Amino acid sequence: MLLCLRDVVKTYPGPGAAVLGGVSFDLDRGAMLALTGESGSGKSTLLHLIGGLDTADSGMVSIEGTDLTPLDDGGRAALRRGTVGVIFQQFNLIPSLTVAANIAFQARLSGRHDPDRDRVLATRLGLSDHLHKYPEQLSGGQQQRVAIARTLAPQPKLVLADEPTGNLDEATADGVLNLLRDLVEETGAGLILVTHSERLAARLPRRLHLQAGRLA
Amino acid sequence: MTRVILSALASHWRRNPLQLITLLAGLALATALWSGVQAINAEARSSYDAAAATLGEGQFAQITARDGQPISQQRYVALRRAGWAVSPVIEGRLNGVRIVGLEPLTAPGGLGPVGAGGGADIGAFLSGAGQIFAREDTLARLTGTGAQGVVAQDAAPNTAVTDIGLAQRLLARPDQIDRLIVAPDQPLTRRPLAEVAPDLIQSAAAEGGDVARLTDSFHLNLTAFGLLSFAVGLFIVHGAIGLAFEQRRPMVRTLRALGAPLGRLIALMAVELAVLGLIAGGLGVGLGYLIAAALLPDVAATLRGLYGADVSGQLALRPVWWISGLAIALGGTAVAASGALWSLARMPLLSGVQTRAWAMARNSKVGAAASVVLLVLSAALAVWGQGLLAGFVMLGALLIGGALALPPLLSLVLTLAEARARGPVSQWFWADTRQQVPGLSLALMALLLAMAANVGVSTMVSSFRLTFTGFLDQRLASELYVSAEDATQAAAILAIAQDQADAVLPLLSADRQVAGLPAQVYGARDHATYRVNWQFLRAVPGVWDSLARGEGVLINEQMYRRAGLDLGSVVAVGPGASLAVLGIYGDYGNPIGQVIVTENVFRSLFPDITALRFGLRTVPDRVAALRTRLQEGAGVPDGAMIDQAAIKALSLSVFERTFTVTTALNVLTLAVAGFAILMSLLTLAAMRLPQLAPVWALGLTRTRLALLDLLRAVVLAALTGALALPLGLALAWALLAVVNVEAFGWRLPMYLFPIDYLRLGGLALLAATLAALWPAWRLSRTPPAHLLGVFRHER
Repeated sequence: MLLCLRDVVKTYPGPGAAVLGGVSFDLDRGAMLALTGESGSGKSTLLHLIGGLDTADSGMVSIEGTDLTPLDDGGRAALRRGTVGVIFQQFNLIPSLTVAANIAFQARLSGRHDPDRDRVLATRLGLSDHLHKYPEQLSGGQQQRVAIARTLAPQPKLVLADEPTGNLDEATADGVLNLLRDLVEETGAGLILVTHSERLAARLPRRLHLQAGRLA
Repeated sequence: MTRVILSALASHWRRNPLQLITLLAGLALATALWSGVQAINAEARSSYDAAAATLGEGQFAQITARDGQPISQQRYVALRRAGWAVSPVIEGRLNGVRIVGLEPLTAPGGLGPVGAGGGADIGAFLSGAGQIFAREDTLARLTGTGAQGVVAQDAAPNTAVTDIGLAQRLLARPDQIDRLIVAPDQPLTRRPLAEVAPDLIQSAAAEGGDVARLTDSFHLNLTAFGLLSFAVGLFIVHGAIGLAFEQRRPMVRTLRALGAPLGRLIALMAVELAVLGLIAGGLGVGLGYLIAAALLPDVAATLRGLYGADVSGQLALRPVWWISGLAIALGGTAVAASGALWSLARMPLLSGVQTRAWAMARNSKVGAAASVVLLVLSAALAVWGQGLLAGFVMLGALLIGGALALPPLLSLVLTLAEARARGPVSQWFWADTRQQVPGLSLALMALLLAMAANVGVSTMVSSFRLTFTGFLDQRLASELYVSAEDATQAAAILAIAQDQADAVLPLLSADRQVAGLPAQVYGARDHATYRVNWQFLRAVPGVWDSLARGEGVLINEQMYRRAGLDLGSVVAVGPGASLAVLGIYGDYGNPIGQVIVTENVFRSLFPDITALRFGLRTVPDRVAALRTRLQEGAGVPDGAMIDQAAIKALSLSVFERTFTVTTALNVLTLAVAGFAILMSLLTLAAMRLPQLAPVWALGLTRTRLALLDLLRAVVLAALTGALALPLGLALAWALLAVVNVEAFGWRLPMYLFPIDYLRLGGLALLAATLAALWPAWRLSRTPPAHLLGVFRHER
């Protein structure tokens, strides 16, 4: 079992019900699933809890048998460096680093940098001609592909993609998803894709739908 | 991992060199301001000290021969052996120049160029051909002496100071001494003078000491100005660091999201800042040195001086300035960074990635509340505070409270302007200006403090100058002051003066307790000299007539304050003589109380006291002839005669120099504050695109937006200046009326100089306009694609 969630509850300060009201599911190694739901249903919150970017109020989030709940900031940072890779909707590239340096960055941070793998990823993602450019010189689709390459370079065991194609047109989004799916498959990692798009969700083997903080 | 994080942090500076330059420049300028002010202060102090020292040794008691003849070397040695801390002086004229020979190793501190720390090389002063210190024009008249001439602009006119051995040789008076200077601190075990050398007499310190003590007050105020410059620098450092952190906030969030541990990230950023602080601090100290050297008219900047070498005529940057400069840079960085690092540590990992308007997060309500508390504290200390510490706390609370009050006051004014605006563009302008206040607040606070410091310091210096010249006119009204060694010489002086001078004013004095305080009782002759020149802080009508009739006394401010006396109070000035207070006069620099009665009353109270000092009135052209006559006819040495014109000229020339330096320093402080505004505007420019793009899209041209930005800077500077004026005046009042009273027991009157304030306001507007020009020009040239990028969410 790669990922195990049990009765995960998360509430933010202020009026209103819990963002997540007791979510439980499992994900095996190499498995892929799409997480869908309306805006405000708790998709991104759930992804952040799994990625160690936030902590649950109660319940358990466990990756490869390690419970994230008691981990401190350093422990969760170590998880993000080595085990889990997050692809953000807004790319979160480092604007002062070149494309090549951005791709290599997380792998270097985790101590698993392999320049050959960087080259392969850059080629597969169509970035070979842009390695010396800076993010601001790329289009949105290109920036998203750099973010994917950066996440996959250290070969994480679980890839979390938060609306990775949300800012892209349909054709580009299809291309990006195909690449992401192929590359994740090749590494044997698990994938959780958060998306609004029914069309994209349908292209993954498993789908979970969140409604008002609960799995429907 | 450390290397990877460091490389990412460093990459930001590589890609944004302008931000790095502004950070380094901000830190360096703040440090430069501090170290420059310290250097100038130190130079100003030594300049005053040297000036006071070359005025004559009247500030010290002296020993002379009863018969007016020179003292022998043996007598001097005998006195030293008997425990007397005395230093020999010889004086004479060579080529019309007054030559003063000193013994630097025994001379009391502050006497002569060596003791005053005026940059003399004591080895060269004593050995070989020796050195002569004098003004350049004076040295030109002393060629052919074989000694090395050293230019000392602070020296008295037509006076040269040198080692006593060289002076004896130049004056052809081997082994002769004219008088012995008595050090203020004497060993208790010394044998009485009458026993060791009955042919010698000791005379008390002369009146000129008051002038030297007066400058102590000015020193204190210069120190206060140093603190002000520190406060301005601290705000600028704070602004520079805050902006640098804000610019990298999104990157820090990304690094954390990718797994960089928070603790290490914070530690690495702290180390990075420390390195930048050290580099900028070093640059700043060097820059401050150059600025100080450029501002001081007669010192040169040299590499040797930079290492602290004491070279005559060159500004020496002492190790303490290096240390304090670097400490300011590092300390200021640490203080500024601690808040920013704390904010980063608490920054939620998941909040919006977009850069916030960084200062928005600062709690304006907390700032406003702190401002009210500090201003109330300052007012309370002004009313009820006691002691110098309370005075300085009051000053600090006033400054910081005033600075913290700026953002809420600006917001209030801008809100009112917005409410009154009619057109859509003007409404947007005022609203947008209000929105910019938090981002610019630190830079505007620096401008506020710089302007307030300028108003305060220029008011203080100008008030000081007016008071000082008035005081000199009052106290040195007579053209020549002569001290007699004994009654016989006094009689000889009187005989000559009756014939040669227009009027003779005996200076009668007696030390005694008055109103429970040690005081000097003076007897003044009823003469127009006093009536015309003396000014009172408070006086009864017809004060001089009442005094002449022996109906009362005049007291100095120290007596008035310390003894709690007022007009009409009755004081006992002698046995069976209690008189009412008729007037209170300023007596700047005098540490003890003073009471003046008319001459007749004095003589009846103290019949045994005869006048040994006299003020002689004559036309200025006849002063030199009168001096010669007194010298030849009554054996009065040169040092026992004080020419008021020379003293006034020297004192005023020292003031003019201080004036020039403080004016230049004021301009520099403003320039630095202007630079802080430039930094803030440049940093905010990138963050402002999302606010400007919609207005541009709705129909305002980039040029018009740029012009409005320029106008915004001017409006904010003008509003800041409007607040700086009362703050600066309050600062001057605090320095003159609180700190000075606590430190010295007398209050300096405060005068207002509206033209100076207007000029300062103009300079501040100019600084703000210059600072806003470049960002505005860049805005006018912003490619439409960049503005459109705001709408594509691809920035």
